[in-house]
Amino acid sequence: MSFMPKPRVAHPGLPRNELGLTRRDYEGGMSTLCAGCGHDSITASIIQACFELSIAPHRVAKVSGIGCSSKTPAYFLSASHGFNSVHGRMPAVATGANAANQDLHYIGVSGDGDSLSIGLGQFCHAMRRNLNMVYIIENNGVYGLTKGQFSASADVGSKAKKGERNEQPPIDPALTALTMGGTFVARSFSGDKAQLVPLIKAAMRHRGFALIDVLSPCVTFNDHEDSTKSYAFTRQHYQPAVHTDFVAPATEIMAEYEAGESIKVDLHDGSHIVLRKVSPDHDPTDRASAYAFLRKRQKAGEHVTGLLYVDGSEPDMHMLNHTVQVPLNRLEWDTLCPGSEGLGAILARYR
Amino acid sequence: MAEPQAPDRINDFVIKLANVNGTGSASANSLLMKAIFRMGVPVAGKNYFPSNIQGLPTWYEIRVSRDGYVARASHVDLMVAMNAETYAQDLQEVSPGGYLIYDSTWPRSHQLQREDITILGIPLSKICNENFDGVRARILMKNVVYVGAVAALLDLDLEVISGLLEQSFARKPKLVEANQQAIRMGFDYAMQHFQCPLPCRVEAMDKTADMVMIDGNTAAGLGCVYAGATVGAWYPITPSTSLMDAYKSFCARLRVDAETGERSYCVIQAEDELAAIGMVLGANWNGARAFTPTSGPGISLMSEFLGFGYFAEIPAVLFDVQRVGPSTGMPTRTQQCDILSCAYASHGDTRHVLLFPANPEECFYLAVEAFDLAERLQTPVLVLSDLDIGMNDWMCPMLQWDDEYRPDRGKVLDAETLENMDEFWRYDDVDGDGICWRTLPGDHPRGSYFTRGSGHNAEGRYTEDAEEYQAVVDRLLRKFDTAAGLVPAAIETPARSATELGLISFGSCDGAIREALDLLEAEGIHLHYLRLRAFPFGDEVRSFLERHEQIFVVEQNRDAQMRQLLISEGGARPEKLQPVLHYDGMPIGAEDVIEGIRRLLAQGEAA
Repeated sequence: MSFMPKPRVAHPGLPRNELGLTRRDYEGGMSTLCAGCGHDSITASIIQACFELSIAPHRVAKVSGIGCSSKTPAYFLSASHGFNSVHGRMPAVATGANAANQDLHYIGVSGDGDSLSIGLGQFCHAMRRNLNMVYIIENNGVYGLTKGQFSASADVGSKAKKGERNEQPPIDPALTALTMGGTFVARSFSGDKAQLVPLIKAAMRHRGFALIDVLSPCVTFNDHEDSTKSYAFTRQHYQPAVHTDFVAPATEIMAEYEAGESIKVDLHDGSHIVLRKVSPDHDPTDRASAYAFLRKRQKAGEHVTGLLYVDGSEPDMHMLNHTVQVPLNRLEWDTLCPGSEGLGAILARYR
Repeated sequence: MAEPQAPDRINDFVIKLANVNGTGSASANSLLMKAIFRMGVPVAGKNYFPSNIQGLPTWYEIRVSRDGYVARASHVDLMVAMNAETYAQDLQEVSPGGYLIYDSTWPRSHQLQREDITILGIPLSKICNENFDGVRARILMKNVVYVGAVAALLDLDLEVISGLLEQSFARKPKLVEANQQAIRMGFDYAMQHFQCPLPCRVEAMDKTADMVMIDGNTAAGLGCVYAGATVGAWYPITPSTSLMDAYKSFCARLRVDAETGERSYCVIQAEDELAAIGMVLGANWNGARAFTPTSGPGISLMSEFLGFGYFAEIPAVLFDVQRVGPSTGMPTRTQQCDILSCAYASHGDTRHVLLFPANPEECFYLAVEAFDLAERLQTPVLVLSDLDIGMNDWMCPMLQWDDEYRPDRGKVLDAETLENMDEFWRYDDVDGDGICWRTLPGDHPRGSYFTRGSGHNAEGRYTEDAEEYQAVVDRLLRKFDTAAGLVPAAIETPARSATELGLISFGSCDGAIREALDLLEAEGIHLHYLRLRAFPFGDEVRSFLERHEQIFVVEQNRDAQMRQLLISEGGARPEKLQPVLHYDGMPIGAEDVIEGIRRLLAQGEAA
């Protein structure tokens, strides 16, 4: 939602990707969020991931709801179409857009208010349909634009800036996703780009609903001492459960992973993800195990991060619908309209 | 025996069938109606059903009209009283000189008697119990037996009934046999015990050769297929559900690749109406033709997104099959009560294009037109049908299709054009008609823009600037003026004699009005009739309003919503628009119209 243009000057020596584009070609307008906002780091990671994957920016559609997080699609991929919808309803727009054209990449950016309160129903149903999209929740436990109310992800005991204590249990997006049938469930931290960029890349290549819940501290309303979503608290309680590496198609897996510790997950386009387990009691390819592990670590007060669960074999919305391969918005007229002759045959039944 | 009726009741009478829902009466009643239709006699069927699956009263009314009148008639000549619970009420409803059929297997109370009608007892349960096995079969066949009896009483062609049964049960020959047997038993019983045929009876005509019997939801669903719609998103709600059912079943036959099983369409049952309209906007934004059917409560839920569609200028097609409000209202009864909530759906200065089909035929044509208008105008278009049109079988002229038709996709810049442009601004009114050029995601990097419901300027950028904001909303008003010239024009039917009086109506009132105008004309009351087909109103509507001193506005809601719209948007002086309102949930009949007009004319004379 920037109204400040960003200077379009690029250094001739900037690295270029397979499309000959520089990182600058993946940027958007100038951010108008508060200085130090976690969301801006996530924006940078999205830019980096799309650049590294050599995705043509105009083949991406950016969708969002309402809130600070939902403003951010204006700050990356300015050559992509963006759709800043109404509060909590981004999943519906993404579903319709995807129905019309399954060939584009869909990146949804939402917040904890947008996805876990007003939009909880749509968030769940998009996962249930296994909609093929990347869904990033920029999670800070607080309503920023309306100045500091608790969100549904606020932890019990966490205090608001003015001292009010949250007593209601939080809704955890990752646990919700595991329950609702999400096929790619990850958590990360805006301050850990080394973890986040490969996660976004893997999510982009996953065919199905890829959730990344990113802890993204709100510097203005939720970064104080008694907050459980502050930079300091997150860094202290931040626990990578899995290291994720995205491996492009036809790239050999480096031999440095020790056998038994790493899991290779194939993605539909020939690329794959290599997961290095950190904790022995977590199997990221087993939904029940992932759920139990997350609950257990949550009780211990840890923010477990990494690709917590992945299953690339579940059919997405179009596979379930048996949709033709050609995007529906590209179908030829004569395949759609049965014509006057067809009409006569149809109406015979109504005689 | 009551007085015999006048001979002119041939092909001009009403049959009402009182049933219990969930007993299989619907198919028997439809068989009866179709048989009359196939004998070339104009007929209309109306179903008065409860919001329930099994056990509550339901009625089916068949109007046989040699003159082709399709509106609800306010009398009953032959009642088939199959529901003990409503028997007393059904008995009272029969017009003097009429007939009533009941199941005489069990005795009736002596109080349930009328001297001025003929009561015909047929031991339907006894016949079925003696001839059919199984509880379900006996219940179902009772309906078929009364169809056989009615066939004898009305002099229906048994060959026609046979043909219909063979067609409906083509894949189940055993059922054809059982049904034929039941028809024959009812027929024979009536022939042996009553004086057949009755004075109100059917005589073959040739008035339905180029007609179809179809309901509006089926016709609208077919229209969506013909318009090339590929995405349908919806949440089930009576009485709109059968529209998506129809679209899906047409697509299953016409849009599935025989070899691969791949579908050239995607129907999504959404989690609620908010999601349904969001999906429709997302799909249309992305260049597919997408639609959603709904009813009143759905309009309330969809309002926020409708405002978004208006402000961000995204095509969408919505069918509102209106039912009785407010709130849950009466879900299985009809009204035209969403006019204002649709015209101005959503907060802020918002207004929408509305279309008003009058019958299933128009549901088909206006469905196609709705997609063209939505894309031409880049805005949601709401097609306002109602339960009476949507769920009842209407006799309509055979639908026609022009193979030259190609969809109007409106102002969309393709990749090649974008490649040769210096810059593209989404909301720049280069043509001066209020409609700007749009681009589709994925086509070209230069086409990218940010769609938003927040304040934006002509370039599509976020703004909080007073002038930039106002320029956009003023242009939207210009676009609405453009819309007034593009929507289907109102149809004027002049009176056959000079008159100062006018009548304005729309939608499912049309049948009742045409009949009322004929009857009023016979009384010497002449009215010029204007049938609205769209909002915003075109010049022809303003002209009609100016040319007439006294105009009756006939509509099916309590608050005279269309009259309000004609005053606020058509510039009409309130005192010359006189409301004729019908809003009890039953379809409007000619008598409702006539009574309203007579009353207002009498008041005028008294004043």
